[in-house]
Amino acid sequence: MATGTLNPRSWLYPTPRGLYCEPGDFYVDPAVAVARAVITHGHGDHARPGHRAALATPETLAIMRARFEDMPNTAQQPLAYGESVRLGEVDVRLAPAGHILGSAQAVLEYRGQRIVVSGDFKRRPDPTCPPFEPVPCDVFITEATFALPVFNHPPDTSEIGKLLRSVATFPERTHLVGVYALGKCQRVICLLRAAGYDKRIWLHGTLVPLCMLYQKHGIDLGDVMPVSDTVLETFKGAIVLCPPSAMADRWSRRFADPVAAVCSGWMGVRARARQRGAELPLVISDHADWPELTRTLADVGAPRVWVTHGREEALVHYARSIGIDAEALHLAGREEEGA
Amino acid sequence: MQAFAQLLDSLSFEAARNAKLRLIETYLRAAPDPDRGWALAALTGGLDFPTAKPALLRGFGQDWIGPELFALSYDYVGDLAETLALIWEPDPAAGPPPGLGEVVETLQRATKTQTPAILKRWLDALDSTGRWALLKLLTGAPRVGVSSRLAKQAAANLGGQPVDAIEEIWHGLSPPYRPLFDWLTAGAPRPLTNAGGAFLPPMLANAIDRAELDTLDPTHFRAEWKWDGIRVQVAASGGVKRLYSRAGEDISAAFPDIVDAIDFEGVFDGELLVRHEDAVAPFNDLQQRLNRKRVTPRMLEDYPAHVRLYDVLRLDGQDLRAHGFDERHARLEAWMAQIPRPRFDLSPLVPFRDWIHLAELREAMKRDGIEGLMLKHRDSSYLAGRPRGPWFKWKRDPMLADCVLMYAQRGHGKRSSFYSDFSFGCWREIDGRRELAPVGKAYFGFTDEELRWLDKWVRDHTTNRFGPVREVTQELVLEVAFDGIARSGRHKSGLALRFPRIHRIRRDKPAAEADTIDNLLRLLPSRDGDTIIQKT
Repeated sequence: MATGTLNPRSWLYPTPRGLYCEPGDFYVDPAVAVARAVITHGHGDHARPGHRAALATPETLAIMRARFEDMPNTAQQPLAYGESVRLGEVDVRLAPAGHILGSAQAVLEYRGQRIVVSGDFKRRPDPTCPPFEPVPCDVFITEATFALPVFNHPPDTSEIGKLLRSVATFPERTHLVGVYALGKCQRVICLLRAAGYDKRIWLHGTLVPLCMLYQKHGIDLGDVMPVSDTVLETFKGAIVLCPPSAMADRWSRRFADPVAAVCSGWMGVRARARQRGAELPLVISDHADWPELTRTLADVGAPRVWVTHGREEALVHYARSIGIDAEALHLAGREEEGA
Repeated sequence: MQAFAQLLDSLSFEAARNAKLRLIETYLRAAPDPDRGWALAALTGGLDFPTAKPALLRGFGQDWIGPELFALSYDYVGDLAETLALIWEPDPAAGPPPGLGEVVETLQRATKTQTPAILKRWLDALDSTGRWALLKLLTGAPRVGVSSRLAKQAAANLGGQPVDAIEEIWHGLSPPYRPLFDWLTAGAPRPLTNAGGAFLPPMLANAIDRAELDTLDPTHFRAEWKWDGIRVQVAASGGVKRLYSRAGEDISAAFPDIVDAIDFEGVFDGELLVRHEDAVAPFNDLQQRLNRKRVTPRMLEDYPAHVRLYDVLRLDGQDLRAHGFDERHARLEAWMAQIPRPRFDLSPLVPFRDWIHLAELREAMKRDGIEGLMLKHRDSSYLAGRPRGPWFKWKRDPMLADCVLMYAQRGHGKRSSFYSDFSFGCWREIDGRRELAPVGKAYFGFTDEELRWLDKWVRDHTTNRFGPVREVTQELVLEVAFDGIARSGRHKSGLALRFPRIHRIRRDKPAAEADTIDNLLRLLPSRDGDTIIQKT
């Protein structure tokens, strides 16, 4: 971890195609198809189709195969957590990020200098993936999706409790729960199971393939069934998971006086929850909130921090106030939503 | 406090009336005394304690995370109480969170200098929702879309009582309403109306149309004009004088001119109007006086209030509600004839031979300030609620305008997958360019089938999206019905429609031929046409 006089920006820097590692000749989570990519996790703004070669965890590669048709044309290099491989002059290792199944931080070492590209991460326990591993480093690249002190995500159990309380109060209504297909969906199912909810959970058709993939990776989702498989069910009192876009869609009309529940870190702010049309906002996020972000800076102890996608201003301000050399890093192809 | 906070939080996101009722009822059933009583007081606007100034909250926030981060946070959230609730990190050593009763009772006793320390202790002990609810209570009434009537209805449901049974005794009760809950949930006797100026639940009418009238015997009914003000009750007994809205809300403070003019004991049903000289002013003038806690001398002068009486419920210590309408009306007329009371007058009966004659009278009555006719059975007792049969309202035909659909918003609950709230506009010319100016918003008047059609039309003609709102191509003409029109400084078009609803979808009409703002301006009532107040 000797920093010496090597400028980290000289070997890892943003380009219009994405974050480029020059001595390794690869991109991390590039925005377009490239010759060689290191992929931190399977979400659409990080994993894109069409790379000639992709290195990722076996789980992330499986997710990419389930989502992209032309994966056979990509040379796939699986790298399990903790294993190391050399690309060009750079040692690459993947460490758990605690974000979704297969999610990893890319730990890059070049001439004794270590940069950690954390991708998306969170610190609270998630039954669908191993917890975030703090890796001491010279430069830490952090996300900043929820980097404002107002984002203090409550415990998952209290949010699931809110959902179950609503189901008990309105037993004749269908609870439509808006979740992202990858990660949030399966985590919410696991959280419901952990809270003792053992009834059948219904799924919008687009959620089914990734649920099956999670089950294949040993994550027990209990009794789940696609909505389309039945014509008799009235869905009264049922919990139905669907992508957020389907809640406003004509698809949702089959349900009895539905309660629109939305699971997202944005739900903590009332104006945002209203904007999304949520009647039951549930603050369940796969991204670190403010206390997790600030705690992580302390845990990795990096003297330099680059802040990417989200509300960089507040986190840069905070990091500088505790003596860290922090700056914003603008990457192509990152969007705010999808959290 | 936590349970009450969860209730406020759920209510703030729930739009449907029945669901709101269920939420309040569930809370009132589970919460202990006195918490549930204070909760009922908060929901009915009856909580009274010194409130915290925004500067105190801002100071707390800036001390907590520094002025820069606080500014960024407040800027993002846009609400001071919510920002502070979100950024605060609770202290695990702070002990159990306070109950609602503890919060209210402590604040009622606390001095101004004690408040910050107390507040800090509570913030440390509450979760985020609890902090939000506490800070909302402290900075003013929590706005969660619950009327005082709805909260009372939920309480009434606890004991399987009609809400009017609560209204009748409400103004003799005070928070935390222990005797009320003992009666509703524990079989104790109903609290007595021992306070003066008690409210008596009003009798309401059903709508009727011309065809249905033919099933009724015209000789059994009395007709009155339906005045375009707000329904009120004047209640004076035991030295207490009060003016109530139809829903039982005490609006005396906003109408000292009426209350000061009460020199009698009795309970009367009537219409609150604003009067200019001898003429009834447009409803808009009355609105200047509504929803105010206090009223300035200037307002009293500019918008003098007046009550037109049409029924008497109690007089000279006698309850007249069981008597027939004719008898009550005769009592009212005789009482009115005793001495002149300039702030009060009588709503006269409209004589008619048969329904055809009455229809002609209704048709000929074009004056502003009259919404139509009331029909009351000559023998009808004064019954609380909306009994089917004795009283009818026969409204004037609505005004119509052809408007162009501009925006559609998603509904809630059953309608959450439908674009069901429609904003529409009329044409005007600005700098030689023709453009639509929004004139109103309506979310009913159409059939389910029409809603499905409108929803599809909106989806197929979207040009822009703003959260749950879609902007559409300016092509679809909606015939909008409304009961009145007034000038308004708040609307871009300078106009406000009263009670607008979608009357017909005019697929046949080109948007360019829809009405103009000028057409609508011509519908504005002129002052000359106003109703003359009858001299008593």
